[in-house]
Amino acid sequence: MSYCREQGKDKIIFVTKEDHESPSTADITYNPEEDDDSPGLILPNGEINWQCPCLGGMASGPCGEPFKEAFSCFHYSQAEPKGSDCIEEFRSMQECMSKYPELYPFDKDEDNDKEEQTKTTTTVEQKTSEEVAVTKESTATRAS
Amino acid sequence: MFRVAGSVTASRLSAVCCRTVTAKQFQVHGASLHVLSSETSRKSRNGPAHHRIPPSWQSVRTMASAGDSQAKINYIFYGLAVLFGGGGIIYWWSRKYMRETSKDGNKTKKSTAAVPAESKEATEPVSEKPTSETTKSEAPPAELPPTETPAEAAAPDAESKKLLDAMPQSYPDYEVMPDIPGHAKYLLIGGGTASFAAFRAIRASDAKAQVLVVTEEEELPYMRPPLSKELWYSDEPKLVEKLKFKQWNGKERSVYYNPPSFYVEPKELAYQENGGVAVVKGRKVMKLDPQKQVAVLDNGWEIFYDKVLIATGGRPRNIPVFERASQEVKDRVTLFRGIKDFKRLDEVSRNASTIVVVGGGFLGSELTCALGKRSRDSSLKVIQMFPEPGNMGKVLPEYLSQWTTAKVRGEGATVKPETFVKRARFSDGKVILKLNTGEEISTDHVVVAVGLEPNTELAKESGLEVDDTYGGFRVNAELEARSDIWVAGDASSFYDIKLGRRRVEHHDHAVVSGRLAGENMTGARKPYWHQSMFWSDLGPDVGYEAIGIVDSSLPTVAVFAKATEKDTPKAVVEETGESLRSVTETEAIKDPSDPASATGVEPSASEKTESATDEEPAPDVEAAAKLVAEVETENRVAPTPKEDYGKGVIFYLRDDIIVGIVLWNLFNRMPIARKIIKEGKQHQDLAEVAKLFDLHADED
Repeated sequence: MSYCREQGKDKIIFVTKEDHESPSTADITYNPEEDDDSPGLILPNGEINWQCPCLGGMASGPCGEPFKEAFSCFHYSQAEPKGSDCIEEFRSMQECMSKYPELYPFDKDEDNDKEEQTKTTTTVEQKTSEEVAVTKESTATRAS
Repeated sequence: MFRVAGSVTASRLSAVCCRTVTAKQFQVHGASLHVLSSETSRKSRNGPAHHRIPPSWQSVRTMASAGDSQAKINYIFYGLAVLFGGGGIIYWWSRKYMRETSKDGNKTKKSTAAVPAESKEATEPVSEKPTSETTKSEAPPAELPPTETPAEAAAPDAESKKLLDAMPQSYPDYEVMPDIPGHAKYLLIGGGTASFAAFRAIRASDAKAQVLVVTEEEELPYMRPPLSKELWYSDEPKLVEKLKFKQWNGKERSVYYNPPSFYVEPKELAYQENGGVAVVKGRKVMKLDPQKQVAVLDNGWEIFYDKVLIATGGRPRNIPVFERASQEVKDRVTLFRGIKDFKRLDEVSRNASTIVVVGGGFLGSELTCALGKRSRDSSLKVIQMFPEPGNMGKVLPEYLSQWTTAKVRGEGATVKPETFVKRARFSDGKVILKLNTGEEISTDHVVVAVGLEPNTELAKESGLEVDDTYGGFRVNAELEARSDIWVAGDASSFYDIKLGRRRVEHHDHAVVSGRLAGENMTGARKPYWHQSMFWSDLGPDVGYEAIGIVDSSLPTVAVFAKATEKDTPKAVVEETGESLRSVTETEAIKDPSDPASATGVEPSASEKTESATDEEPAPDVEAAAKLVAEVETENRVAPTPKEDYGKGVIFYLRDDIIVGIVLWNLFNRMPIARKIIKEGKQHQDLAEVAKLFDLHADED
């Protein structure tokens, strides 16, 4: 049972877990997927949202222009496999980024050893497969 | 290099969305971690290894894999990455080879030798590379590869500065180019958080934009929250010296938003093919001419602009007693705001025996907690005083303000509410403060944190309106003051479509409004829409996030999860002192709506306690004992009824509409809070609204 007390203009209610078991009757629904406040990386019209905080400083840094070109190219690429027609753009982005090692570091050790690369690649790949799994989940939820 | 992008982006993304809280560490907040999404970072505060999937990767995945062949995409990505990573190496090694065998070979060898062991081999050749490339692309007339200047310092800024010095010889008309441009397409006045968010937004929309920042400070843009939070709780003094701190994931972060190599020298801004951001330090804009579209600096220099943002923030307020005091007293008073003040206080606190903090709001309370922590390992005594009856008195309803005050005391500080300084004098190396209570305190140093005076100095001369109610420059819902003049951050009194006109002095607001202004400067024409939030922590146990108008003078309705066995004895003692525990039990029994339970205090074996999972009991008992002793001597704690305000939500009402929400020790719920404010409906039963926050989620 919850109880309540008042202290001047302030009202305080204490609720137990049981009190909160029944669903809310408040006139508001919150659906996290419909949160239109922060559109995320891809805008509803399919374009890339360069303002997305998730990009950090990638689109706005010194290599913003090459990054945007490369990423846009990849995004709209119809080639099979996707992005294979964007090699030039990726190359110039790489070139630009290597000029600013402080801003675009290769992991902790700025080691261009092939081993290191593979290690990094694997880590990112692992993260991505995690994400893939979750995307599958969320797509399923969205569909239901 | 998508791997480069990938590793950078992925790490950034994971940083954004995955957070853990350790009891030992101060609860680090999203905004300090990732500037542009304060709350996504705070989302997983309570879960270790809860990898909240970064939204962008989700979306990338969704777009990239229209149904199947996801694994295939993976391979492509990383194939490309390895290919270009490899290609990249080959590329710059070949350039290095070419350079070393060029006729400037001697100079190159000298510069290679000059690089101290510290700087990585990798960076040196890389930094040489742009010299030749950029010159080639920007100054076709240049015949020779430029001379390499000896890259002397290991510090990247010296390195890149030298590098930049190397280029100009080949820039056309470089000798007659002024140090500060005479024209800037985007001029940003002020070099703080709003300005940073603005230039990031400008360049995201207009990737070749040339942005000029003019700041009075001698610092590049940096973030403020760590100066009263993370930097004080760091275990690594060497990092703190460099104004760096370790994030929850072990990664180091600087208070500076970007390293010096990110910025372009103002003199070279016009030459940059892809634009850039240049910062003019130590210069003040005295006035703007909105019609001629020119800004005049304190040295008389004029900068013509196309679009200008005023992000001048504010200056810390002082109290008249100290303004009138002698120089010896003034020398021992810090008006806390920036890096300079942090460094000063950090140093002072190592040697002082007493420090007094004047001010009971966010900054004052945070500094008190920080100094209180320091006082545990030293003989430092920390005293906080303010005119309100409790800490955060202007923000939290009284009962919570009292509870908070007890918490601050628990951090090792002496808190004197309803107290202010009447006189201050210097005597025998100490500052003697005479208080309104009659007490006299002798202290080594005083920190003043009594609010901010928005900086509108250039308003009058520039024909810009100042808000006489809220202070700051008056702007519309799109943050525009006059044509092509925007104002963001602490100095901006803006029209909030939902909540009405206001001025907000919080970090996230600086980010949100700075970003909005930046977008509008590139033509977005968007009104202020995304509500900013703010947060504070009171030591390792309690933290809250808030959104909207959080003013303690408004009526409030709060819903707290009822205390269960979470009320460990330690928690009870910490709060108000042992003596009140018996009062608690009596009250609990007497409670008519809950006759059977004496739940306030008895631990129940079946349910897991939240506190058990994230606290270390032993050391805090000492603090609690200290607290009890203090309570007995001071007798300042109001006899708070023994309810545990462990977790809950507080609604602030104006005409029965929720205009502000505080999430007390509840995380991951800001989006719901934001939606409630956005809808602005009148709700009949707030207890039902509170259900949306799932107060009991972390239990059992």
